[in-house]
Amino acid sequence: MERAKLDIWVGIFVILGIAAMFGLATKVGNLTSNSIKETYQVFANFENIGGLKPRAAVKAAGVVVGRVDSIVFDTEAYHAVVKMKVDTRYIFPKDTFANIYTAGLLGEQYIGLEAGGDLENLEDGDLITQTQDAVVLEKLISQFLYNKAAEED
Amino acid sequence: MNKILNFIEGIGSTFRRKMARLGAGTRLFFLVLIYSGDSFKRIHLTIREIYFTGVLSLIIIVVSAFFVGMVLGLQGYYTLEKYGSSEAIGVLVALALVRELGPVVTALLFAGRAGTAITAEIGLMKATEQLSAMEVMAVSPVARIIAPRFWAGMISMPILATIFSMVGILGGYFIAVLVIGVDEGSFWSQMQANVDFSNDIVDGAIKSIVFGFACTIIALFEGFDAPPTAEGVSRATTRTVVISSLAVLGLDFILTSFMFV
Repeated sequence: MERAKLDIWVGIFVILGIAAMFGLATKVGNLTSNSIKETYQVFANFENIGGLKPRAAVKAAGVVVGRVDSIVFDTEAYHAVVKMKVDTRYIFPKDTFANIYTAGLLGEQYIGLEAGGDLENLEDGDLITQTQDAVVLEKLISQFLYNKAAEED
Repeated sequence: MNKILNFIEGIGSTFRRKMARLGAGTRLFFLVLIYSGDSFKRIHLTIREIYFTGVLSLIIIVVSAFFVGMVLGLQGYYTLEKYGSSEAIGVLVALALVRELGPVVTALLFAGRAGTAITAEIGLMKATEQLSAMEVMAVSPVARIIAPRFWAGMISMPILATIFSMVGILGGYFIAVLVIGVDEGSFWSQMQANVDFSNDIVDGAIKSIVFGFACTIIALFEGFDAPPTAEGVSRATTRTVVISSLAVLGLDFILTSFMFV
């Protein structure tokens, strides 16, 4: 086969490959959907994070406003420090509540932010003081059993 | 007594032979690296080989990808339906294809379609003394024959694997959304929410590059190393398929175990 024809076929082949990669990136993957660009960091301390993982969603009223950036264990205070990156478009008052919720019965865990009434807003590097830990099923059951036992006494 | 000695000798000589072949294969790889400058300087040689290994494999890749995607869609639907979460079918199809089936099945097909062709061609060139003739004319057969085929395989394989994944997902879409009637919006949105670009798609692409390397170098070496007889070439072709398939599956396990922990 002559060379020009070969070149055209190979060109089509490469373009098909690029198109497939583009399709995978935009249609299948999450390259476009998390279009959070400029963020500010907020910290929150939890006694127990349950199954929360880095890159988990940070939601307010169900809307994704940010992502969990990192989770570390603080050996001085013995609690988990969660670093979140929140979109700069969304501002929250200083007394915002951070709760760890579970999506559905078996779903993954995310952080839910509930705005408070403070006049000042959270800024980059601030700490959310009011937090609520993840619900641990074993703790819930043992609490229930203790209460039952206490009632019967 | 003699039998026992022969047996032990047999183990030793088999082991030595395998080691020598592995060494010769590694040497061929380094030779290819040394001479690969030529295959980019005379790019039309490489483009010609991309046509034979990549473009001509496109039909079998696209058809099998579509069927693999449809089977995944059907089988996944039956199980997910029992738990009332048939919308998750998109995630299942996409993750299975992008992470595992795309690179692995493409590599197996690639070894069968392109690898055997490379081995048979080079083996036959050797049997008809074309390679020796080149050496006499002071043309290095590694630079003229081996290196362009190596780079063609390395370029074609990731492209084929990407096309396989995308077409497979379209096959899953065809069955799940168009035939069964799963909601289209949740099919794509759940997929987007759970398939990560840098973890899943890029890792799948890395896998396909590694498999492309393994398949191509095995096919080239088997052809280059084949005894110059009809029987030798046919055996080398068989070995290409067997060794490539085993290498792909073994490498897949190793790569998966440290990519997706």
